[in-house]
Amino acid sequence: MAIFVDEHTRLAVQGITGSAGAFHARQMIEYGTQVVAGVVPGKGGQSFDDSVPIFETVGESVREAGVNTSVIYVPPPFAADAIMEAAAAGVTMIIAITEGIPVLDMMRVKHFLRDFPDTRLVGPNCPGVISPGKAKVGIMPAHIHLPGRVGVISRSGTLTYEAVGQLTALGIGQSTCVGIGGDPINGTDFIDVLSAFQADDETDAVIMIGEIGGSAEERAAAWIGEHFTKPIVGFIAGSTAPPGKRMGHAGAIISGGKGTATEKVAAMEAAGVRMSPNPSEMGHTLASLI
Amino acid sequence: MNIHEYQAKELLRSYGIPVPRGQVAFTADEAEAAARHLGGELWVVKAQIHAGGRGKAGGVKLARSVAEVRSLASELLGKTLVTKQTGPAGKVVQRVYIEEGCDIARELYLGAVVDRESSSVSFMLSTEGGTEIEEVAEQHPEKIARIVIHPGVGIQAYQLRDAGVQLGLDAKLVRGVTGFAQKLYSAFLALDCSMAEINPLVVNRAGQLIALDAKMGFDSNALYRQHGVMALRDLSEEEPSEIKASEYGLSYIKLDGNIGCLVNGAGLAMATMDILKHFGGQPANFLDVGGSATTERVTEAFRILLGDHVQAIFVNIFGGIMKCDTIANGLVEAARTLSLDVPLIVRLEGTNVDLGKKILAESGLAITSVDSMAEGAQKAVAAASDAGSR
Repeated sequence: MAIFVDEHTRLAVQGITGSAGAFHARQMIEYGTQVVAGVVPGKGGQSFDDSVPIFETVGESVREAGVNTSVIYVPPPFAADAIMEAAAAGVTMIIAITEGIPVLDMMRVKHFLRDFPDTRLVGPNCPGVISPGKAKVGIMPAHIHLPGRVGVISRSGTLTYEAVGQLTALGIGQSTCVGIGGDPINGTDFIDVLSAFQADDETDAVIMIGEIGGSAEERAAAWIGEHFTKPIVGFIAGSTAPPGKRMGHAGAIISGGKGTATEKVAAMEAAGVRMSPNPSEMGHTLASLI
Repeated sequence: MNIHEYQAKELLRSYGIPVPRGQVAFTADEAEAAARHLGGELWVVKAQIHAGGRGKAGGVKLARSVAEVRSLASELLGKTLVTKQTGPAGKVVQRVYIEEGCDIARELYLGAVVDRESSSVSFMLSTEGGTEIEEVAEQHPEKIARIVIHPGVGIQAYQLRDAGVQLGLDAKLVRGVTGFAQKLYSAFLALDCSMAEINPLVVNRAGQLIALDAKMGFDSNALYRQHGVMALRDLSEEEPSEIKASEYGLSYIKLDGNIGCLVNGAGLAMATMDILKHFGGQPANFLDVGGSATTERVTEAFRILLGDHVQAIFVNIFGGIMKCDTIANGLVEAARTLSLDVPLIVRLEGTNVDLGKKILAESGLAITSVDSMAEGAQKAVAAASDAGSR
């Protein structure tokens, strides 16, 4: 079954003619993802690599190519508009890769999306979603993944790859890996993904990777304590990060003494999450639970 | 991005928010001229640095004569202020703000932030002006009213009335605060702020509201459309190596340790610092070279690390889109150009890892190649402690 993306995904790539969009569209096609449309305002009617039709709007791509999922590579000044366009066009799975969207734009997007309860936004500023062997939507390196039954959720891109790499090296495959992104306001949070994994009969266990800043991990921990019944391993990045400094990700900042790794680790441990002692042990820790 | 108090006040004034009259001064002469120009009998001389806690650190002084303004300004200019927020090294005062004195009947607090939980801008209003809000939140949480603003409609008068009832403010004051907060919200949105804090928000004896101090922070993702704000950036308030790094698209933060880190991806970069600490080492920095590091960027990253006088460098790369052979070529090139003289421990994983390792092995450089993050961190810690004990 997997979650969010699979063999039924019919993908539109918003920004398919940009350098990142084009590169990753080819990678996704090569992986076997059904890329059925590109959307680039001003380039409707053209085609990408002579194989993927380009539409002027997301609405057209939905009507004419049966798009149900969109991935966004458009630059930050235009990304909020692109997300809202996809939602308004009826796309129910929107995965925004773009890094650097102004936070007030995301605030407006988030409120706009409340009128579309069936639409899920993943990201922005994330590596995307992959269900190994079924579909890859995003920028993650395909070859490190192995089809299997462990779910991975993370706020960080390369740290997700690190976890996946450790699992694959141990012969443990993944059902779906979801990057929820490093921005302070994002579409899908840990709880959304955890509840999807809880309901997914192809996911037996989960690795959850958080980082400093905000309180998404604490809220997830409270939810896990009450609702999550599968084995779960956690790691929080940034225990050595100084307060008040933005650590690469817009959302990774300890402010006013809040959002420290210590608080997050304590909340997750209290919820029964098995914490990996260091980032090199995520795979082994998971293996010890299954 | 942060700006100085006097700059924040100029911005606020342009949004119709009352602030005391004042003038910035870079020299004692300018300070004296400013005091004469402002007139009156009472002035405040305020050190302008990008850090809070100036008052307690002796950075804000009252003067009762022009001569006193001059002597206080010359005392403050060039002085290193150590406040709760500057760290032990402190910050050198390069400008002072000379402001007219203000009669104070009451001090409130008004602050605005982008609230992650509600995905909205939220305001905090408190009767405990002049005190740090974190302190009030700890000791008297009931004295803080929180207002979450709906982005579709903006701040509503009823929200301030509710806050007024909670805090015991009279109706007239609540009306005044409502107008003030609405203007601050307009400024917040128009300028892409990440935070704005008026502490204290003063009520003078005539009952007028005045922003006696102002602190504003801006969303760096939005600076492309905030040219006016960008123009206020004071590079002398920022770490030189961090400025250099940002010019090359590197995300870099200087820390106190002695093991340099060069990593791709923010999460992995934080985790690399963590694992060094886990094995008893001290990271010298956070450094994310990004997903598309070129030889030039890698070389620059090394130059910055070496400038920090590190005793070992740990390169931790999980190649995804960035191929390991590309980074290996960059490493070899950088090591040669910069005649690297500290132990270099390299962990490569991911796309084209075998090719990358081969390039390192054939380079003839003294590079310790490792297979895991844990092994790399342990070797880096050992190398740095050997260097330290020599």
